[in-house]
Amino acid sequence: MKPRLRIERRLDVPSWMNWSIPAGAVGVALAAGAVLLSLLGVSPLAAYKAMIQGSLGDAWGISETIVKAIPLTLAGLAVGLAFTMVVWNIGAEGQIVMGALAAVAVVRYAFVDNSLVMFSLMFLMACLAGGVWAGFAGFLKARWNVNETITTLMMNYIAILLADYFIYGPWRDPSSLGFPMTTPFPEAARLPVLGGTRVHVGIFLAVGLAILFRVLYRWTKWGFELRVIGNNPNAARYAGINDLRNVVLAMFFSGAVAGIAGMTEVAGLQGRLQPGFSGGYGFTAIIVAWLARLNPMATILVSFLLGVLLVGGDTLQVVMRLPLSSVQVLQGLILFCVLGAEFFRNYRIVFIERGERREWKS
Amino acid sequence: MESGKQQPLVQMLGITKSFASVKANRGINFDVFPGEVHTLLGENGAGKSTLMNILNGLYQPDAGSIRVKGAECRFSSPREAIAAGIGMVHQHFMLVPVLTVWENLVMGLPDLKAVLPKREVIRKIGELSGRYGLDVEPEAQVWQLSVGEQQRVEILKMLYRNAEVLVLDEPTSVLTPQEVRRLFDTICQMTAEGHGVVFISHKLDEVMEISDRITILRSGEVVETLPGPMATREMLAEKMVGRKIVFAVDKAVLNPGDTVLEAEGICALNDRGLPAIRNLSLSIRQGEILGIAGIAGNGQKELCEALVGLRPIQFGRVLLRGKDMTGRKPMDFLRAGVSYIPADRKGTGLVGAMNLRENFALKNFWRKPYAKGPFLSWESIAGETGRIVERFGVSAPGLGIPVRNLSGGNQQRLMLGRELSGTPDLIVAMQPTWGLDVGATEFVRDQLLRQRERGAAILLVSEDLEEVLALSDRLAVIHKGEIMGMVEDPRSASEEELGLMMAGIRRETAIEGEKGR
Repeated sequence: MKPRLRIERRLDVPSWMNWSIPAGAVGVALAAGAVLLSLLGVSPLAAYKAMIQGSLGDAWGISETIVKAIPLTLAGLAVGLAFTMVVWNIGAEGQIVMGALAAVAVVRYAFVDNSLVMFSLMFLMACLAGGVWAGFAGFLKARWNVNETITTLMMNYIAILLADYFIYGPWRDPSSLGFPMTTPFPEAARLPVLGGTRVHVGIFLAVGLAILFRVLYRWTKWGFELRVIGNNPNAARYAGINDLRNVVLAMFFSGAVAGIAGMTEVAGLQGRLQPGFSGGYGFTAIIVAWLARLNPMATILVSFLLGVLLVGGDTLQVVMRLPLSSVQVLQGLILFCVLGAEFFRNYRIVFIERGERREWKS
Repeated sequence: MESGKQQPLVQMLGITKSFASVKANRGINFDVFPGEVHTLLGENGAGKSTLMNILNGLYQPDAGSIRVKGAECRFSSPREAIAAGIGMVHQHFMLVPVLTVWENLVMGLPDLKAVLPKREVIRKIGELSGRYGLDVEPEAQVWQLSVGEQQRVEILKMLYRNAEVLVLDEPTSVLTPQEVRRLFDTICQMTAEGHGVVFISHKLDEVMEISDRITILRSGEVVETLPGPMATREMLAEKMVGRKIVFAVDKAVLNPGDTVLEAEGICALNDRGLPAIRNLSLSIRQGEILGIAGIAGNGQKELCEALVGLRPIQFGRVLLRGKDMTGRKPMDFLRAGVSYIPADRKGTGLVGAMNLRENFALKNFWRKPYAKGPFLSWESIAGETGRIVERFGVSAPGLGIPVRNLSGGNQQRLMLGRELSGTPDLIVAMQPTWGLDVGATEFVRDQLLRQRERGAAILLVSEDLEEVLALSDRLAVIHKGEIMGMVEDPRSASEEELGLMMAGIRRETAIEGEKGR
């Protein structure tokens, strides 16, 4: 009798798997990437070395990695909040854009030459814009049980095209020689940066919010309510928790935090709004939240590692003269392996041979 | 059944199985001969389910062997077990509600053709139904069937696959007395045809009635295997629990106090939007247990939910201590001191992925001292959880483990502990002892009576007639969402009278008439 494979669900996950499986997955991805790089005629070792060097090798590299990690952390926390109660907010990208739009609108229509006033205003309006954008999807879900996955996804495109309208239309910088971009922010509306790097004060917001979320989930009544709803909505109702109101609230705050990411990107980094300015952080945030298992502290770490991947990929283009698409394939390989490895956390493979049973410890 | 020369259908020899540090089965020997009912009796956690799951191919034993008609076998899945003639009817049915009976029957058959042989299947169902007294409509969709009928489908499914040994896991826990009789007829018919039946139950009366042999398990070991006719109630209970059990309920005589709960002509819908409760009125006073007897699915769940604010009331009013609570939120009921024990513990009463502390917090997180402003005080939550675990005998390796890793009995003890440990004004208890072993049942009944003595008003919904009769001060019988009659002294009521009311015949004249209504 030929051996057979069977897939069994794991009843409980040994704790050593929490780190060994992702680590193993990265190893497999790097091996697969090595094949790809060899085919492109590049030494895999040299390429990986360049990636590490570019993203972690010097102060500039590290600062660039942090620059990418800031919006990823914020957006990762944002979607994580919704995911905690099993509401699938995949619209962080749109909420980032709305936050950024709100910040630009504040600078354009309510400019005061005082940094503190500007930051507070931009912060509040970005929260409000992102929050309302997501909260609307939450309201539709709570009121008429409209699938939030669809609405948040679709609202991404509305937000992006709305931003394009303003960038190409009424808000275009007259001195930009026809380039689609808004007028640069005045100095008072720019977030301060650390030292000579591009790392802006958004880093404190990201870390601060992560700590706040940690406290929220662990120590507050509201965080507890959210976790109960996510784990068992029937039990939540039984415990007197208003799940519908919480859907709207959680979506609002989720969108608000994503909105902050949009605000810090535009006020901290670019100083103006350009098409595609977010670069897909809102979508990558879904992966961040997932890999971090919705843990706020882990979100910071995962964001930093994804920052390494993004910055390292940029270096690869420059140093190794690889086309952008091959770098993206490499990045995709790593993410694919890490996410795919989740399977081995939840299931195990059993070989059955002549009635005998052997367990293959993955 | 003595069968020296006859070969057993199934023989399990020296079965040992451990989960982490727990030895669930230690060197168990168990066999089933053709034409006998062999009962497996034991408390929750005694190792019955583990043993049967091994027989059914869900688990593999660490040591020991299984022989089917003398030939050694190893099953790595239920499919292999059924191919060898061993079929299991689980406590929770494994049917697809939106498919018809016959579709459920052929589903998963190994040699299924692309076009289903409907006519042939239906013919075979008719034949099996007639032979074993398992009446079901083959073309009905499963969700339309009563629980008893669904169970018949499960048994048919196994017979259809030519099972010679049928394992019935607590089959009577979901049935009315009348349905239990029918099931027993079916079991007799099966044994008469040479099938072997493994019967798992907690209900000692049934066990003594139906069993040819009884094997008692305790802590994963066989205590004794004895012939059915030799068994007595007290002896079985003692062997099962390891100490003497008193069956009589010791109930103090109390004078009920003020009215706590009043329902005035309430109507409510079920989940499908059909009327489930029709113009129902009842009231409960302090220190009083009102029992609700009735066949499963006659609106008991909807009634309980309506009374604790979880289900909207279409007409009528619910009053708590004279205050109109109609249309108020579940949280308002909680704050008013209403405790609710739902029948569905895993799905509603507990959050499986959360730990013991968090599951205690589930119903208490909003109140002092467990909440301080917007924050939770895990310290006081852990303290109270620890006390409940101790008082209610929840055996758990720690307060920080997810409750889904606890056994069913321990989950229930935790939930009951949470609902019965405070000082609720009203306790709505639905099937509080369902699925519990003798020792735990005794404990839960005792806790309910203590709450009664403390002055709580208790609504006790149970399909176990014996239980409602023993505990209730007054008894109402529910049928299709209406109360068929109120019995002022449950001890004077006969099971026949109650049975008729459960079947939908009003007996107001017979019972209440005498009291000069």
